Amino acid sequence: MIYIRFFFIIFYLVIAQISYAQDNNLKNKITKNLRCLICQGQSVYDSDSEFANSVKILVENKIQDGFTEKQIYIFLKKKYGDWILYDPEFNKSTYFLWVLPIVMFLIGGVLVFKSFIIKKN
Amino acid sequence: MKVKIFQVLIIFLFVIIFLVFYKGLNNSNIYVPNKNLKKEIPNFSVKEFSSNIKIDSDKIFLDDEFYLMNIWASWCVPCREEHALLVDLSKHKNLTMVGLNYKDNFVSAKKFLKELDNPYKILLTDPDGLISIEWGAYGVPETFLIHDKKILIKIIGPLNENDKNEIIELIK
Amino acid sequence: MVNLIGFYALVLGLGLSFPIIFFSIQNFINSKILDKKLIFFTFLQFFLVLISFLGLIISFINSDFSNETVFNHSHTTKPLFYKISGTWGNHEGSLLLWLLVLTSFIFLFFLRSKEQPKKYRILTLLFQQLIIIGFFIFLLKTSSPFNYIFPLPSEGLGLNPILQDPALAIHPPILYVGYVGSSLIFSSALSAMSLNYISKEWAKHIKEWVLISWIFLTIGILIGSIWAYYELGWGGFWFWDPVENVSLMPWLVLTTLLHCILVLEKRLMLTSWVVILSIAAFSLSMCGTFLVRSGILNSVHTFANDPERGLYILIFLFSLIFLSLFIFFFFYKKNEKDKLSFFLVSKETSILINNWFMMYFLSVILIGTIYPIFLDVISSEKISVGPPFYHKLIIPFLIPFLFFMTLGPKLKWIKSDLSDKIYLVIFFILSFLITLQITKHLETKFIFNTILIIFAFHLFFITIKDFVVKRFNNLSQNISHLGFSLFILSILFNNLFSTEVITNLKVGETFSSDKFNIKFEKLSQKKIENYQSIIGKFTIENSNGIIEIMNPELRIYNQPKISTSEADIKTDFFSDRFITMNIVQNQEYFNVRYQTKPLMIWIWLSTLLIALGGITSFFKKKI
Repeated sequence: MIYIRFFFIIFYLVIAQISYAQDNNLKNKITKNLRCLICQGQSVYDSDSEFANSVKILVENKIQDGFTEKQIYIFLKKKYGDWILYDPEFNKSTYFLWVLPIVMFLIGGVLVFKSFIIKKN
Repeated sequence: MKVKIFQVLIIFLFVIIFLVFYKGLNNSNIYVPNKNLKKEIPNFSVKEFSSNIKIDSDKIFLDDEFYLMNIWASWCVPCREEHALLVDLSKHKNLTMVGLNYKDNFVSAKKFLKELDNPYKILLTDPDGLISIEWGAYGVPETFLIHDKKILIKIIGPLNENDKNEIIELIK
Repeated sequence: MVNLIGFYALVLGLGLSFPIIFFSIQNFINSKILDKKLIFFTFLQFFLVLISFLGLIISFINSDFSNETVFNHSHTTKPLFYKISGTWGNHEGSLLLWLLVLTSFIFLFFLRSKEQPKKYRILTLLFQQLIIIGFFIFLLKTSSPFNYIFPLPSEGLGLNPILQDPALAIHPPILYVGYVGSSLIFSSALSAMSLNYISKEWAKHIKEWVLISWIFLTIGILIGSIWAYYELGWGGFWFWDPVENVSLMPWLVLTTLLHCILVLEKRLMLTSWVVILSIAAFSLSMCGTFLVRSGILNSVHTFANDPERGLYILIFLFSLIFLSLFIFFFFYKKNEKDKLSFFLVSKETSILINNWFMMYFLSVILIGTIYPIFLDVISSEKISVGPPFYHKLIIPFLIPFLFFMTLGPKLKWIKSDLSDKIYLVIFFILSFLITLQITKHLETKFIFNTILIIFAFHLFFITIKDFVVKRFNNLSQNISHLGFSLFILSILFNNLFSTEVITNLKVGETFSSDKFNIKFEKLSQKKIENYQSIIGKFTIENSNGIIEIMNPELRIYNQPKISTSEADIKTDFFSDRFITMNIVQNQEYFNVRYQTKPLMIWIWLSTLLIALGGITSFFKKKI
């Protein structure tokens, strides 16, 4: 039994050490978050349409010009509206969107705990 | 009593959801950016079509004049359909036509204009599509009526007779 | 001729509702045994819908363009297999498929419920008839698959070539058995509620119907994702698109329902959960139908948008919901002995916690999907809710969820002694501390992923240990939970270790990096039945010197005139290699995208494993 536990500990250690091929690529991160406006339900990253390709070039240029991710989003939102972003930002319009699920979780938690009666042996 | 309140609340909730869905059905289901915003035109610099020399937008769009900027490409089928209307509009004295050639091949674009007539007084080129993004456009064709550095109308898709008449009305 | 038969079969089918309802009410009040006439009429109704459905198939096979639906969605050059599958690949035909499943299920229910109380069976039939009538009217009034057009066109408008795919052909029927099958659970629950029959016996009886629905829905969703992966050409398989979400929500409800039924089978508790979930499953299916077919949402695969149809479904859906609420509030009396009292540490608790998390996930998806509609109606703002939203709200909660999945099955019913399970907790704390130590200087996302992987592995090992030690005890549960842990692991590893190269190449050029060399060898052309294709030949050499040849295609279809990019995908147990090529407007070079995607096939296999658990449970009783 103890050997199994030991094995598990080593195994977990190994996993934690694996170097992740992380997608540090900022351009990809941004374009995955942008909606391709002439496609139906594809991100700019996934799409090969003319619009998507232009946006990809734009994002690349802006990154090189020193824009931050947030600034690029602000620029594109000004041109196309909030609709172009897949990650709804947390502002007064989307307050309920983010908060409501959490509230549901908390309500659920309350209901679950209310139903416990801990009895002694 | 508590249970009754709860029940009423639930029913009320579903009634609200029903009403929202009902209203949502009647709304437009395709996102179209507000067409008539009196938005400022973007500030940008763009290459002239033949010479490839860069010009600034404020040198192109002067105050007090009417401009019709049309984004087009030789490979775009609806652009062919609307082209005749553009040629018609170019005959109006107080309207200056500006053409923005979108992601196109120089030779094919020239051929297109030769074949169907060139209505544009000023011809610009947008090889990467970046200028169109500055305008908030996302395809071809799109057309903008500009006055005093403001966008009066934005037309998405090919022009039709109604659009043409609307433009003629506004430039009077 | 066939069209006439198809149409009138439907009219007759609707007409049969009258005798069905009449004799049902009569039989309900009167005799003690079930009137055989009811079974006969139910069968007849199903049979008529079947005839109608077959009639539509025949029209498609014959390319009978006098039928408007066939005209809109087929073409003489379409291969036979896709002519047939075109039957349900459109709005009208798919509604006929709805009716087929609705009527066949109630008939099968009669055959399989012989030991159940008569009144319960009849009332279930009545509730199901309400749904069936609603769909008959919807079909005949707004979406008939048998409309005539005149004069007879010589050619059809063709089916979208993206839909010409074997996976997509079988996806709707399988999905619908799941989706629409939940109608029976709905009817049954309403019936049982009204008759005070929510009990262990009822749970045992309804369980197999929940299983059937759940299994088919799981496989249906799987096939849909596989199709998206192979066909849509961007290498993804789930996009949190509204149509996808709309199939996932009933699945979550059915999974939760299944777990609750397992409790109800043994102890008289969680009855309210079972009732509410039974209603919710079908309501969400209907809601999904509404969202997808009414045009209220914008998505990749909506059917033809039509607000008139949308209005009908909306009213129908809410009628059913208000009916259910009415019955729940006025007829349902909780039968439980002790109002919710069980020990903190017991299997019931863990199932309750499961419910809690599942309902949370459901609310995330539901809110994410319909919030844009609400916002648009209330304040005319248009926003998008996409993958980042769902990831942020779901992934962190998967960690405690996986934890409870390891704990729950180990606990005994009613009360469990934790002392010998302490090793589980120790394992955990140990793993957690180790991870924290190692990853404390890294980005949050890294930590999340690491912890998530650890918990998923933990579940994986625990379930494997149970296979070895306990063998056939709880077999189905172990299979499904094992499948789930594998599923999480495959997705995580796939996400973290995928690589991608995007480059522009002309024929003869090579792309080189330290990981791959990609050479664009040549282009060739081909002409098939209904399309022309340009095929690129690429040789890819990886850092181990292994060479692979891949052939992505560009297809130009003749009807309708669209072009698609067909990826070439090479699969083995370790990874998928995925390559697409696209024309760049007015240039001589092509845009080439090459991806390596580790453990891709395990995502599919693990989902199958989850379904297999359900299948095992279904057949276990028969043995």
